[in-house]
Amino acid sequence: MRMKRYLGLVLLITIALMAMPAANHGSNAVKPVSAQGEKIKVYTSWPLSGGTQAVGESMLKAAELALAHYEEDHDGAGPAGFEVEIVGLDDASPTTGAWDGTIEAENAQRCVNDPECMVYFGTYNSGAAKVSMVITNEAGIAQISPANSYAGLTRACETCAEGEPDIYRPSGEVNYFRTNGTDDFQGPSDAAWAVCLGFESVYILDDTQAYGKGLADEFERHAEEIGLEVAGRASVESTDIDFRALLTDVLASGADLVFGGFVLDSGGPQVIQQMFELGLFEEDVYFMGPDGMASPALFDQIGGVEIANDYVYISFPGPLPSTLESEAGVRFYQGYVDTYDEEPDPYAIYAYQSMLVILDSIERAGVADRAAILEAMRNTTEFEGLSATFGFDENGDATVSGFYGYAVGDDTFIDGTLITPTMHETCEVASD
Amino acid sequence: MSIDNQVFIQNVIIGLTVGGYLALIALGYTMVYGIIELINFAHGDLFAFGFFISLTIFAEINPEIPLHGSDLYFTLPAVALLTMLLTGSLNLAIDQIAYKPLRKAPRLAPLLTAVGISFMLEAIYAIWKGPIQIPYPRYFPKEDYMENEHVISFFSKLGMDITEWRIVSFTTKDLFLFGVTIPLVALLTLFIDRTRIGKAMRASAQDREAAMMMGINVNRIIASTFFVGGALAGVAGMVWGLYINSGRFTMGFEAGLMAFTSAVLGGIGNIRGAVLGAFIIGMIKAMSDSYIGSEWTRVVIFGILILMLVFRPSGILGSTQSIEKL
Repeated sequence: MRMKRYLGLVLLITIALMAMPAANHGSNAVKPVSAQGEKIKVYTSWPLSGGTQAVGESMLKAAELALAHYEEDHDGAGPAGFEVEIVGLDDASPTTGAWDGTIEAENAQRCVNDPECMVYFGTYNSGAAKVSMVITNEAGIAQISPANSYAGLTRACETCAEGEPDIYRPSGEVNYFRTNGTDDFQGPSDAAWAVCLGFESVYILDDTQAYGKGLADEFERHAEEIGLEVAGRASVESTDIDFRALLTDVLASGADLVFGGFVLDSGGPQVIQQMFELGLFEEDVYFMGPDGMASPALFDQIGGVEIANDYVYISFPGPLPSTLESEAGVRFYQGYVDTYDEEPDPYAIYAYQSMLVILDSIERAGVADRAAILEAMRNTTEFEGLSATFGFDENGDATVSGFYGYAVGDDTFIDGTLITPTMHETCEVASD
Repeated sequence: MSIDNQVFIQNVIIGLTVGGYLALIALGYTMVYGIIELINFAHGDLFAFGFFISLTIFAEINPEIPLHGSDLYFTLPAVALLTMLLTGSLNLAIDQIAYKPLRKAPRLAPLLTAVGISFMLEAIYAIWKGPIQIPYPRYFPKEDYMENEHVISFFSKLGMDITEWRIVSFTTKDLFLFGVTIPLVALLTLFIDRTRIGKAMRASAQDREAAMMMGINVNRIIASTFFVGGALAGVAGMVWGLYINSGRFTMGFEAGLMAFTSAVLGGIGNIRGAVLGAFIIGMIKAMSDSYIGSEWTRVVIFGILILMLVFRPSGILGSTQSIEKL
């Protein structure tokens, strides 16, 4: 009896040891996988539950739509004759409702361990990308993000941490790409935009996360350069729901604008709601937020769009879905609305566009080989996206990216304008 | 009045409102500890339950926003009573199912069960309402007394022009919060002080076996302690929802930690200590958020907790194994 148990244990350990090489030898996984494979899998990883669930689900739908449109254009065939399957993974933790590094690492590892996984498609949160990039880089798998906007992921910048981005590239090769613009561009654009909107003094808040704090830092740096007074700077605990004391300080500071480096699940909606409750809007203090809050879900979370009307500004890396003008853009928007009977989330644009880049790379590589597909993606040039034609530079960033600023009014996002870090030089400052 | 003074006054008001709802939660912690020496870590999640269940009841009734007339004077108290009843019953059920069988087990066992219950409840809330920010409709009518002409003329007779105090606001919602929390705290104190059940609670806390020998049904007393504690946390959740208009499934964990710290600060097991501790913690939170920076608030609060446990483990008013020393 005792012997049997012992044997069982030995068997278990043996099985565990056999399963391990796949996990540990990720760095050797560059070796070609049989090119005769009929199927190619693309693993997506971003929150499909929690505070950004609505965004994540919309992005996944957009990726599926891109695949459907691609096959439609190629007589039902996938790129290079392969059948492409999208495997949607969730990187949000059920206990916090926000992205989780451990789960993200597991997701990336799953892709590495699956010989059919050729491209890792994610993440939404820049902090999560810091975790998975290292894993996909060591394995030599192409990773493309539909949303990461932290600059340090692809290149060194003034407010980035030391050693970035090399710390995310242990192999020394570039394997990570993105089709959207970055915070070191968005923060300064927002600051210049604020000047053009007539604001004179800003109170800057952030949620202490890679994305939110990075963005707030960039905003602050540029604001000081262009003469927009910074009345105060504070970080909040993203799980707190009571920001009244902090907002009292904001009101006392004399700032006429609050810039918040937040995403939907890190306190941004509460700040807007309590600014309204405490009468900050009444006192003509406005709120400006970044692309992480650019979603119709924001209006539900603050308990009704009417409190945000006329007092909230949001920037986004590109035109919003309904305002896309290119042929591909209109096809995406109409296709999405017709297929899913709902408005796409703004980030669905980038999920759709990035998925098309993935399919194009597979087509050009022609084989189910991680290294070949990565090489093809790296050589993407003159790619016709939804709002611009772009390629990837040596860092993996899109060569063209522009931010748009929107006001909240008439219960939706209105008045989209192209915003740039230098727009304050030429704009006509509103007289009021 | 200078801006700095206005900010200070506003922070005092905010501190008092935070203290008010924390006190209701802290009372449950301290009562349960007093009687069975269990730190009921799931207690904070009952606060969240009060928030969610009252939200659900309101959604069913679907009254006009903001409440007015009979809705304000009858529906609102009725919803509050129902919320208290349901939250109290939930706490009672938790005790019967998860803690009672472990009454004689080592203390670690019910403590771990409590942590487990807390995680379970939070997961259930996340499934029930979604793990996102939940808006609580602005049911309670809001009017700022600082803009009320009677108040303005009253202060102008004292030689103060409060229309210039643009930082300070004191609204009907603030008054509502105090109007619910302070009388409830007072009622509970009277209940434990004066009633037969209160006396039995004190006796059971002092010496369970002796109380049993005196013919007190100790199990029933423990059950009523859980019910009362749960009901208070439930109504706190509802009042806080009506007040702050926003919440999420983890709100109970956050509030529970603060309330627990309050109970320890005041002296765990001590009713008045819990109330005093709650108002001190509320005040510290408001002042820290405003003057030190909200990213430091937890450091400050839990730093105080640690100092207190190291240097004065019995708390400000003195901990007690019983809730007898009122």
